[in-house]
Amino acid sequence: MAAQIFAYIAHKSGKLDDSALELTTAAKKIDADASITAVVFGDAATADAAAAKAANTYKAVWKVADSALAYPNAELIRPMLAKLLPEGAILLLPTDSFGMDLGPGLAVKRNAAYIADAIDFEGAKDGKLVAHRQEYAGQVYAKVEANLSGGAVITCRPGAFAADEAGGAGGAVEDKSADAGPVPAAKRKFIEVVEAEVGDVDITKSDVLVSIGRGIESQDNLEIAFDLAKAIGADVSCSRPIVDAKWLEKSRQVGTSGQTVKPKVYMALGISGAFQHLGGIKGNPFMLAINKNPKAPIFQVADVGVVGDILEIMPELTEKVTEMKG
Amino acid sequence: MEILVCVKRVPDTAENEIAVKADGTDIVRDDVVYSVNEWDNYAVEEAIQIRDNVGGTVTVVSVGDAESEEIIRREMAMGADTGVLLSDSAFEGSDGLGVATILKSFVDKGKYDLILTGALADDGAGQVGGMLAALLDLPYASVVNKIEVKGDKLLVGREIEGGNQEMNEISLPCVLSIQTGINEPRYVGIRGIRKVASLEIPCDGKDACGLDAGIIGAAGAKVKRLTYFVPELGEGAEMIEGSTEEQVEKVIEILKAKGGIK
Ligand SMILES: Cc1cc2nc3c(=O)[nH]c(=O)nc-3n(C[C@H](O)[C@H](O)[C@H](O)COP(=O)(O)OP(=O)(O)OC[C@H]3O[C@@H](n4cnc5c(N)ncnc54)[C@H](O)[C@@H]3O)c2cc1C
Ligand SMILES: Nc1ncnc2c1ncn2[C@@H]1O[C@H](COP(=O)(O)O)[C@@H](O)[C@H]1O
Repeated sequence: MAAQIFAYIAHKSGKLDDSALELTTAAKKIDADASITAVVFGDAATADAAAAKAANTYKAVWKVADSALAYPNAELIRPMLAKLLPEGAILLLPTDSFGMDLGPGLAVKRNAAYIADAIDFEGAKDGKLVAHRQEYAGQVYAKVEANLSGGAVITCRPGAFAADEAGGAGGAVEDKSADAGPVPAAKRKFIEVVEAEVGDVDITKSDVLVSIGRGIESQDNLEIAFDLAKAIGADVSCSRPIVDAKWLEKSRQVGTSGQTVKPKVYMALGISGAFQHLGGIKGNPFMLAINKNPKAPIFQVADVGVVGDILEIMPELTEKVTEMKG
Repeated sequence: MEILVCVKRVPDTAENEIAVKADGTDIVRDDVVYSVNEWDNYAVEEAIQIRDNVGGTVTVVSVGDAESEEIIRREMAMGADTGVLLSDSAFEGSDGLGVATILKSFVDKGKYDLILTGALADDGAGQVGGMLAALLDLPYASVVNKIEVKGDKLLVGREIEGGNQEMNEISLPCVLSIQTGINEPRYVGIRGIRKVASLEIPCDGKDACGLDAGIIGAAGAKVKRLTYFVPELGEGAEMIEGSTEEQVEKVIEILKAKGGIK
């Protein structure tokens, strides 16, 4: 029997997240014959807007609307989904702050298998599904097999599955609010979103970025990166651990929980290449990576790579460039 | 406040080149440096700071083999009051749900107001915290980067996309998964480690946990790892070889050509 697959449509006030068009591709990889249904939660206006857009890509769309769902609070949506989804269903979510919030608990409540952050599928067969994922910060890959007897909840990595841009599905939107409701009383109340602070440099506007990661090793070594940036006319950005250590301000962090940058040239220096970091680099820049570990995942995505010590190479680069410029 | 922090011993990915064994059954573990999962260190620091502010105790618990004692001790050297190891050959091969089930059996024996996990561990799943919350029927918030105690509630910030922060009010008891950067974990020196070196870490097995092999261990897992592999990744980066000087020359040449030097 073909699987029944549901794609959770993430949206911001009715505007679809990129994952909305990727999850249908993921669903087809799980089972080409599956019936695929989009599920949309929101308040009346945003759920309508998102459902209408989702119907361009999905033949079937389930809509759940309530004024209490204006902001996607996973603690409210989880019990509603647990009630709404048919037995044995597979639910796909994006691997993001919402998917991570909702998914694991939903799998428990539905007695379903949970696969986190899938990047590929080998297809469902005989009640089992083989998925590919990464472990150890992307250094190795693993095939995992999920038992589908109780269904599954699966988060899919953003960008790992191609967006289905075809459109024109002319899907039917069905109001399922009554089946999922009422909205439960929440022990966790959403209050507000506090926007990120603006810093002294706007790395989203930079053409060339000297981006440093944990390989810089100490706060004192930051100078080496700033010297190089100055010599070549670039700005300094960084990966998350540098911000966690409070060595640079948050506004310089590249990644899903930081800034999205679109430079022409991106130098990844002592950065391993976690997907949350790469998720903040758009526009396909020319990427140069320097890393002492030849297995670092960054070398899979960089155009040019050097295996070496950034603390040795950066000062030499600075010196040569300065000489050259006279 | 009675606080429980779940901690895991993992290969340190910043320190190791992780390779896959020829038969794909595991990663190569010889010479691998282990440490406490980075996220868990932030969770323990946060627990200690909350305890120091409002009173109470901090317990750390880990599911793992005997060597996990070393990370439990380390977190006690940081300032946790109690540490417990949950270890049994029957636990081996547990999936995320299995680990959460084992942890639940421990939680059920105590009375905790706040349970913290890391947001993510070495297998990149980010699942145990959310599963534990669901098993315990407690409210949950993931990727937390701010906690403020307000009586029998907490004000918690969740890190969401774009560096924004989602503020929530959550009632106690609850489970939170902690994101890096929420605090600055204190340094543990040799002296601190020495102080706890001879501490006895109690260890509970499956019987003490009151568990049977149903959903724990490899047999109970709904999700099984079949194999590790290294995929064919196409070309990858063009690698620049040679002496450092030659590499530097070449890098400058390339940067110039691509508009990377202004
Ligand atoms: C919900 C969530 C959101 C996240 N958001 C982001 C985000 O927005 N941005 C982000 O960056 N991360 C983010 N992360 C964290 C991410 O998963 C990684 O932990 C992080 O990107 C790793 O940073 P890194 O590459 O600098 O450090 P590591 O992974 O530790 O890598 C350091 C690298 O430096 C190399 N190195 C060490 N010393 C040297 C040297 N002397 N010379 C050359 N190379 C050296 C090492 O070989 C290694 O490859 C997020 C994580 C989660 C769970
Ligand atoms: N074996 C374990 N023992 C104790 N806690 C664990 C264990 N595995 C995972 N955790 C907790 O769950 C968090 C997330 O891990 P994971 O779901 O494996 O990504 C970790 O940061 C720990 O707090």
